[in-house]
Amino acid sequence: MGRLDFEVAHFLAGLMVLISFLMLYQDRLYSLLNIFALHAVALAMAVAWQAQIQDAPHLYITAAIALLFKAMIIPYSLHRLIQRLGIHREVEPVAGLGVTMVLGLALVALSISVMLPVTAAAGTLAREDLAFALSVVLLGLLMMITRRNAVSQVVGFMSLENGLILAAAGAQGMPLVVEISVAFSILIAFIVIGVFLFRIRERFDTVDVAALDRFRGERR
Amino acid sequence: MNALASHALGGVLLIPVLAAAVLTLVPSYRLAARINVAASFAALLCALALIGHRPPPGTFLFVDDLNVVFLVLNCFVGFTASVFSAGYIRHELETGRLTPFYLRFYHAMYQVMLFGMSLALAAQNIGVMWVAIELATLSTVMMVGLYRTHEAIEAAWKYFILASVGIALALFGTILVYLAAQAAVGPGLPAMSWLQLVAHARSFDPALLDLAFVFLLLGYGTKVGLVPLHAWLPDAHAEGPTPISAVLSGLLLNVALYALLRFKVVMAANPGAIPPGPLLVTMGLVSVLFAAFMLYRRRDIKRLFAYSSIEHMGIITFAFGMGGPLANFAGLLHMTMHSLTKSAIFYSVGQTSQAKGTQKLEEMGGLSVTHPGLAWGLVIGVVAILGVPPMGVFMSEFLVISSTFARAPLLAVALVLGLLVAFGALVLRLQQVVFGAPKGQVRPVHTTYVPIVMHLALVLIAGIYLPPMIVTWFQNVARSLG
Repeated sequence: MGRLDFEVAHFLAGLMVLISFLMLYQDRLYSLLNIFALHAVALAMAVAWQAQIQDAPHLYITAAIALLFKAMIIPYSLHRLIQRLGIHREVEPVAGLGVTMVLGLALVALSISVMLPVTAAAGTLAREDLAFALSVVLLGLLMMITRRNAVSQVVGFMSLENGLILAAAGAQGMPLVVEISVAFSILIAFIVIGVFLFRIRERFDTVDVAALDRFRGERR
Repeated sequence: MNALASHALGGVLLIPVLAAAVLTLVPSYRLAARINVAASFAALLCALALIGHRPPPGTFLFVDDLNVVFLVLNCFVGFTASVFSAGYIRHELETGRLTPFYLRFYHAMYQVMLFGMSLALAAQNIGVMWVAIELATLSTVMMVGLYRTHEAIEAAWKYFILASVGIALALFGTILVYLAAQAAVGPGLPAMSWLQLVAHARSFDPALLDLAFVFLLLGYGTKVGLVPLHAWLPDAHAEGPTPISAVLSGLLLNVALYALLRFKVVMAANPGAIPPGPLLVTMGLVSVLFAAFMLYRRRDIKRLFAYSSIEHMGIITFAFGMGGPLANFAGLLHMTMHSLTKSAIFYSVGQTSQAKGTQKLEEMGGLSVTHPGLAWGLVIGVVAILGVPPMGVFMSEFLVISSTFARAPLLAVALVLGLLVAFGALVLRLQQVVFGAPKGQVRPVHTTYVPIVMHLALVLIAGIYLPPMIVTWFQNVARSLG
């Protein structure tokens, strides 16, 4: 494996972290979805590159799934969904932008400082990829926490799963079982979410999760 | 013999899949309920056949001393819950809370969920196990939201989001375990197999294993409902149909704990890794104490017993955290006893809330006058879960406490405090519901006593006389858990 192999792998993984940051401060649903599609494209490229340098052709399938489902079908369906719900004009104020960004930076620093020493034995390729993957996972979590809108929470969750696939692809020779199952489970998860969004809409006339809090079971 | 055993394992897994496919096509709910019961019973028979004859371990599936106990328990509670469910849904249909269309969906999902749990238990490969737990989770999410009330949708959404995050963290932990194993075992499927993991755990990189266990503990710990990761559990139990509450408490929590237990064995086999025990003890003890105090503030009967499940999962996690043959034995026994008792309680609670037309504790009262049969079921169930002798829960709790006293008396004091606080809360609520002047509505219900009686009889028998065969079996498993 040449030096270039690492450079490109790290560049693509780093790109995903960067796009995760972009997602943190999108206040319009459409632009959020577009950025998410970009995230998925970066994932597809990163996984395809891993397939190339690890000589693991089955990873191309994972890359293709990422490109097809996550970069095209899912953003498109969510676009339609948003239109149908009539919330495409809504601007979602991102509370405490500065704080969120600083928190995001801290999470990336945390994951690098945790992963790099621990994975010293796991081979150079896996090392930094894993650190980036953990950053993407944590940034996805952060986004789920800071958003109130159900659609953005879902996007946050999907970006989190992108990070997991990046980690799985970076782990040398990880059997195909996992990648395909991950892809399928995301699909299932999406269907579930879709159903829920419709139900939420039917009942509350909003997809703002704050509306749900009012119906907390034990409040009188 | 091997062929028979392989067929039995195949039956445990394939029958639910086939049944789910058939159930999506059956429009009549009566027929569907019968098919549901028959399929669960057939799966139970296959699981029982596994006790005697086990198939040789395969690449993806295996049966050993540990998981066969849970497979049988899984199929048994799955079967009794399907019997209970048949009467329960008839009432829901008559009162108009559910429509035939939703019932079709419900029955199919029920079998999918049983399949997911059995697959998770029988999986040889940590990736397959993860997928199976995710499948079981997704199917229960759908069921929790079945009633489509505000509360049900909120509960399902919360459950979905928290469980997905938990499951995502567990996958990250799984990937890290693979990385640790891959250096020692070599890349490919063997590095994800339980047998290989345990055999080679000694040579894994301890730092990587530590990090993996943190993610696994947080991930699967969310599914177990350990405090502070428990937020989804009471809502999901309270808002879904009661057969699902019974299965959630009795089985799904066990499955997640089983996954943690397997990883704990891998951790314990590596001398350089942090010992998993103290982490489990802390989380278990915090869960017991927190849940015990929270029991006093509950106003909803299903939420009350959901918190009691958190408490008992805490006790079990605590026992496995203490480790050693005796505490592990107690933990295993308590897992079994809790499954049987808690699902029996939910069967009584489900029928009680149907009879009273509400789940609110303050609107219930005088159950012993209006429905003496249900009142007896509820009282005996609660007495059993409180750990009053001669029930089986008493024996397992006694073993946990006495084994802890010998090694860490202070921890035992804290645990006993938690148990006593919970005891008071449950007695208080039970007395409010069962005795006193009749309150609330009195509606006709289709009472099904058979599952309640079966479960409680087993718990009673286990408390009085545990056959030596089972004792030696559990002892062997407990030793292998380290």
